[in-house]
Amino acid sequence: MRRTLTTGLRHAALLVSAAAFLAPVAFLVVGSFKPEGRILADAGSWRAFFPAHWTLDNYRDVFARVDFVRFLLNSLLINGAMVLSGLAVNSLAAYALARLRWAGRPFVLGLVLATLVVPFEAIAVPLFYGLSAIGWRDDWSVQVVPFVANPLSIWLFYVFFAGLPRELEEAARVDGAGVLRTFLTVVVPNARAAFATVAIVTLLFYWGMYLWPLLMTAGPHARPLPLAIATFYTLPPLRWGDILAFGTLMVAPVLLLFILFQRAFVRGVAATGIKG
Amino acid sequence: MSGAARRAPGARREAAAGLLFALPALLGLALFVLGPFLFAVAVSFTDLHLGSPLPVHFVGLRAYRRLFEDPVFLRALVNNAGFALVVVPVQTAAALALALLLDRPSRLRGLYRTLFFMPVVFPLSLVSVVWVLLYAPGPEGTVNALMHWLSLGHWRARDFLHDPALALPALMLTSVWQGLGFQMIVLLAGLQEIPAERYEAARVDGAGAWARFRHVTLPGLRNPLVFVVLITSVLAFRLFDQVRIMTHGGPDYATTTLIYEAVRAAFDRGNVARGAAISVVFFVVVLGVALVQRRLVRERRELA
Repeated sequence: MRRTLTTGLRHAALLVSAAAFLAPVAFLVVGSFKPEGRILADAGSWRAFFPAHWTLDNYRDVFARVDFVRFLLNSLLINGAMVLSGLAVNSLAAYALARLRWAGRPFVLGLVLATLVVPFEAIAVPLFYGLSAIGWRDDWSVQVVPFVANPLSIWLFYVFFAGLPRELEEAARVDGAGVLRTFLTVVVPNARAAFATVAIVTLLFYWGMYLWPLLMTAGPHARPLPLAIATFYTLPPLRWGDILAFGTLMVAPVLLLFILFQRAFVRGVAATGIKG
Repeated sequence: MSGAARRAPGARREAAAGLLFALPALLGLALFVLGPFLFAVAVSFTDLHLGSPLPVHFVGLRAYRRLFEDPVFLRALVNNAGFALVVVPVQTAAALALALLLDRPSRLRGLYRTLFFMPVVFPLSLVSVVWVLLYAPGPEGTVNALMHWLSLGHWRARDFLHDPALALPALMLTSVWQGLGFQMIVLLAGLQEIPAERYEAARVDGAGAWARFRHVTLPGLRNPLVFVVLITSVLAFRLFDQVRIMTHGGPDYATTTLIYEAVRAAFDRGNVARGAAISVVFFVVVLGVALVQRRLVRERRELA
């Protein structure tokens, strides 16, 4: 009897929390299919989450008003380049730190640990001035290159590599494989989980990046999606339907990725916490 | 003998490979993290001002002295600290509660986990714009309508984002909604690492639910909890996107923050020295939080 009561309470608590978490998302998606006049008018009732009149006008408007595809391609290019080059650069560095004996190792390990505690916001302003001084701004590469080397990624790889058994690498080395061959053919295939974790953590941090592109880009040609939505919000005419439609389109790719690779996401996020 | 002779070139090759592998990351960190940081420290001791024809001077701690005499900067510091003092405990406790609710096998667990984590993948700029709508003033605003319903009609509609008393709490709620799922996943993973035998042993010793939580769950969650608290505190001091989109630091500086002030100083007013000094203060605060928490973990470990 008591057991059923606690189980019931548990489910009630979960249900209420789930509703609270879902409501803003439902508001966004449902609102994007509403006529402009209904969005604010419906906001205070259950109709905010169930549209009475469906329309695709907002979506038509988004594509007419801005070059959505361009912003999406910019975001995909920036994040794709950042993830792929980041995986290569940071895994190689972590492997050198975890397994190879070389002169500068303690120094580089110290640099990684030191930069781990420097938050990006603390260096955004000086970095902006430094890069502007050499005329490097307002393109997609300036939104990628400064972030490729990432102390957190190196640290996650480092912990994973340090935990791998050495026997496989030693066998490959005895067979005459060089250091790079050993890394590529033995270590990488055994570290797929680490690569997935780092890719996901990188994507989570950078897909929504707002401050840096705000500082570095002037026109729409190199701007990613998060900046575009802010432009929509500040650029007259203020049309909520367009903003919600744009927002829905913007979050759809990550949401899809998240639902498809949910296990890897969860494992990746959990790994940052347990190793930290 | 022959083994040592064969080793020598191998070791040399390994040393070369080590440096080569680490070189791109080393360059990146030195150029784009360490360099700009040292530059910020250097600039903070000067009077560098963009668009000023005067030569740049070393002026010592002047930028810092001015910061700590400036009520707007002090307000930003207080806002960040207040934000951290509310959001860190509330968000951690709520995340722990949800993780505990989900820490038992159930067919719906995956679905709930997905729902709670979903806001984490939303860019903050989008979250901010959606919540501006939810906070719409007037009785037809979603949050106003909900409060009206919950208070059985006693709530009078407020303009959350333009109300000096409510603007910062409104940003807090938005941030908790967005960030809770991340913490919940970390804590849930931590809960699943606690061996079931420990709970069994406590049960055999006659421990009730509260005692089991106090003596098995909490100690077992120490590392994930410290991590979650650390990350949330740091994020509280980084607060920027929501401020920039939802309130512009207003009304009356009620929601201005360290980073918002740094960006405003450096970009809107060309006062690079002030922006750099704020960056350095920000770094010291974050480092302080990290050190205190690191110490806490170490002491607890020694006790255990």
